[in-house]
Amino acid sequence: MDAPDFSDIPGTVIFDAVRARQGYALNRFCMSLMQADNRLRFKADEQTYLDQWPMSPEQKQAVLARDMNRCLELGGNVFFLVKIAATDGISVQQMVAGMVGMSAQAYRDMMMQGGRPIQGNRSLSEWSR
Amino acid sequence: MARVSAGVYTSHVPALGAAMDHGKTAEPPWAPIFAGYEFSRRWMAGHVPDVILLVYNDHANAFGLDLVPTFALGTAARYEPADEGWGARAVPSVMGHPELAAHIAQHCILEDFDLTLVNRMDVDHGLTVPLSLLFGAQLAWPCPVIPLAVNVIQYPVPSGRRCLALGRAIGRAIGSFGPDLNVQVWGTGGMSHQLSGQRAGLINAAFDHDFMDRLIDRPEELAQMSHVELVREAGSEGIELVMWLIARGAMDCALPTVAHRFYHVPASNTAVGHLILEAD
Repeated sequence: MDAPDFSDIPGTVIFDAVRARQGYALNRFCMSLMQADNRLRFKADEQTYLDQWPMSPEQKQAVLARDMNRCLELGGNVFFLVKIAATDGISVQQMVAGMVGMSAQAYRDMMMQGGRPIQGNRSLSEWSR
Repeated sequence: MARVSAGVYTSHVPALGAAMDHGKTAEPPWAPIFAGYEFSRRWMAGHVPDVILLVYNDHANAFGLDLVPTFALGTAARYEPADEGWGARAVPSVMGHPELAAHIAQHCILEDFDLTLVNRMDVDHGLTVPLSLLFGAQLAWPCPVIPLAVNVIQYPVPSGRRCLALGRAIGRAIGSFGPDLNVQVWGTGGMSHQLSGQRAGLINAAFDHDFMDRLIDRPEELAQMSHVELVREAGSEGIELVMWLIARGAMDCALPTVAHRFYHVPASNTAVGHLILEAD
């Protein structure tokens, strides 16, 4: 059976086996941060810690820059990347706000007012207008 | 014989765990959410089952990308809360029920549902936040829990159709277990939410209300919904709602009694949905 076509859904990344392969080392690095001593070692010297993992230079740079959208493009998955946020002591909500280019306060206000509406966000055709 | 007496459905938002762990449940913006669970805690106090089968998803804690089991049934005697990166939640260890879990495995695999069996794993907020929401702070959880972890992170994830059918097989398995146990099946995750991409923050309350309506007496309709429609309408992480269909399928009851229903937006990034359905 062919994979379903999600391409008309705007602003949405589908994490499949191809992306999982691309992001395997990046996501494994993220999981290493589940151990407190690894979090300390990473915080002490990020570059040296990252160099232990067979990640691409682009993936390492994206982590160092905390460019989460770039991490997603390079095969990262949000449930793995959130462990970087945990290590940095920021909340999931703050991380998500950063990914959509909003301040934490503006994003929180949007959520408190009911979230991003579905109207106008179902289809790419609605985004291109 | 064992019997499924009720189904509990709830979001498992990690921020709700943090709010409970840090004593913030009476503060805005959390207070209205916990008010919605006050009835549930009273109901649970009077309806503690012998075993809970808890359907949830692991969030890159027990399972990374090395092993991606579609349906992973816990057959262990004990599970520890995972350190997800912030340190493990200070909640009790989860005691399993290896005998019933082994029976469910035996029954379902021979009914052609190829479950993965897990003898060792930590359990993350997907499992512990629902326990905290329904039981509150405890020194020990009041009953054993059988974890059923579903892959909803790496595509392809299981279809709603497959989830409902698996739930029904689990219900038959429980109904054929000799000891006279009162079993609840819990479905967790959802409701609408999206945590990445430029559409992050999506909430679709109309979809969520309709999903809860149909879960009660028309789960077959929900089981026909495609992944594309679910993601389009409920967001990329709204796909977790397929897990509610496993729990609903396990309760062999066409028209359950709605003991409680609650909905609130937001909890952090997520719409919170909650149902308690009692079998006849």
